[in-house]
Amino acid sequence: MVERRGIGDIVPHLVLWLGIAVVAFPVYLAFVASTQEAYLIANGQMSLLPGGKFLDNYYRTIFIGTSSSTREPVGTMLFNSFVMAMAISLGKIAISIISAYAIVYFRFPFRMAVFWLIFITLMLPVEVRIYPTYKIAADLSLLDSFAGLTLPLIASATATLLFRQFFMTVPDELLEASRIDGAGPIRFFKDTLLPLSRTNMAALFVILFIYGWNQYLWPLLITTRDNMQTIVIGIRKMITTSDALTEWPLVMATAMLAMLPPVAVVILMQKLFVRGLVETEK
Amino acid sequence: MANVTLRDVRKTYAGGVEAIKGISLEVGDGQFCVLVGPSGCGKSTLLRMIAGLETITGGEIDIGERVVNNIEPADRDIAMVFQNYALYPHMSVYNNMAYGLRNRGMPKAAIDKRVRDAAQTLEIGALLDRKPRQLSGGQRQRVAMGRAIVRQPKVFLFDEPLSNLDAKLRIAMRVEIRKLQRRLRTTSVYVTHDQLEAMTLADILVVMNGGVVEQIGKPIEIYRRPETTFVASFIGAPPMNLLSLGSPSIGGVSGLPAAAGVVGVRPEDLSFGGSGAPSGGLALDLQVEAVERIGAETFVYGHHANAGEILVRVPGEAAPPIGEAVTAVAPRAKLHVFTGDGRRRIDI
Repeated sequence: MVERRGIGDIVPHLVLWLGIAVVAFPVYLAFVASTQEAYLIANGQMSLLPGGKFLDNYYRTIFIGTSSSTREPVGTMLFNSFVMAMAISLGKIAISIISAYAIVYFRFPFRMAVFWLIFITLMLPVEVRIYPTYKIAADLSLLDSFAGLTLPLIASATATLLFRQFFMTVPDELLEASRIDGAGPIRFFKDTLLPLSRTNMAALFVILFIYGWNQYLWPLLITTRDNMQTIVIGIRKMITTSDALTEWPLVMATAMLAMLPPVAVVILMQKLFVRGLVETEK
Repeated sequence: MANVTLRDVRKTYAGGVEAIKGISLEVGDGQFCVLVGPSGCGKSTLLRMIAGLETITGGEIDIGERVVNNIEPADRDIAMVFQNYALYPHMSVYNNMAYGLRNRGMPKAAIDKRVRDAAQTLEIGALLDRKPRQLSGGQRQRVAMGRAIVRQPKVFLFDEPLSNLDAKLRIAMRVEIRKLQRRLRTTSVYVTHDQLEAMTLADILVVMNGGVVEQIGKPIEIYRRPETTFVASFIGAPPMNLLSLGSPSIGGVSGLPAAAGVVGVRPEDLSFGGSGAPSGGLALDLQVEAVERIGAETFVYGHHANAGEILVRVPGEAAPPIGEAVTAVAPRAKLHVFTGDGRRRIDI
């Protein structure tokens, strides 16, 4: 710990407060804008203090939607985004932990080849293989469905890699002790590996949830129906109307709402997240 | 309760390396067998083959009249204590001990009784709710033992279980393991590289080197009559002095058979006694180079013109001063004579 000493104590605090102001001010501004009358913002007369339309604006945003562009209330978008982010993160964790288990603990032909195949997909994110992936999704009639929205994003080399590295640090004796204790491969996985991976899974969940929540390009391609829109796309659509007045308070309310679930996930999982990144329970 | 029988057991790895080169061994019911040898001699591999953690590429292993070559570790009715204990880090002490029983579908009440009995035996009753990381090394060791005894297996296997403990605790646990095994009368196979552990624990001692058995026998018999120079130098601390009989003038021992090539004498069998060798015995003219006093006994390092360094162990603190020329003698009955290649003992 550094000693407390006069000016040396103040400078870091000033820097920190400055940083907080730079990050927080736009968020505050968005919140203020979401509580104002639309015409005040359009006229450039927005106050820096919250207005009186908080409940009104949020009610309209969540349950009614903007009058022109998105044609769906933000509640639906929130639901879509939430389902998508959850499915992507849980799906990724499930698939990668199982594939890492196979790669680390089982001797099967072409084991290393399989590992490298998974590994090189790191170089081929969805953006690179967007056309073939879209074609496959379309051929399997996955367009405008949650399956189409999430499946192509689930297979994940990074998570597999992370679990592989973690499994390789688990002492072999634990596996041997389990074998002597009469635990087969599934019991060993369920009773020993999964509990040991708890913090890793939590850390990964936080990262993947935000990754899934922020998806833009893929949902844009795969969804055409209004009721399948995600909130990230919704915000974008709201502000691209060329012939109508952008309803800034609703846009800002949507932005505020879009921020809440990732923030909630980070806050709720923070303890596990940090533990997952810095220590292992061995 | 069971015998463990090994018949010409071999282990060859995929690369062609032969780790175990044909070992036959019989451990009787309730006996404590210790496998001892330098690192890399194959003793752990052999233990893991008995446990079923390594495949057997040749020969047969019986546990209790049943060939177990192709039987899963869980079905061999064995329990193993690992060097690093291998406790499940996320389970409480209680669950660590109960896990193997639960996997076998034992009723809850019976599990509870066995775990509590074992915990009482090992004096870890107060620790049952703790996690392994909240325990000291010695306590973890006890839990690992507890996990083995709750299973009431036919055979206990120990893989250097004490090597992670500090010296004091190691001695205490060594005594406890011996007492426990005596009480439970469970056949045990114990691997160690520590010859003191081996001597004190074993009913039968198996000295291994380079994938083969050098000698099997009661510890004290192996100490008294080592069959090879390897055993002679490995068992006993400090190790036996081995003198090559290349030049006939060493020691003045007469009447040795023609095949004799090496004479060994334990440091404790040498003494500084007057002048001249006892009849037919050994007499070495030494220049004292170093003296180590450890209280009850003293080690004297002397230099012999032909044989090099010779260690003499004398009781008490009296020792010749450094630099003095002395004669160390040993009676003929205390000499160990081996063939020139050190592979065979010759009786004289």
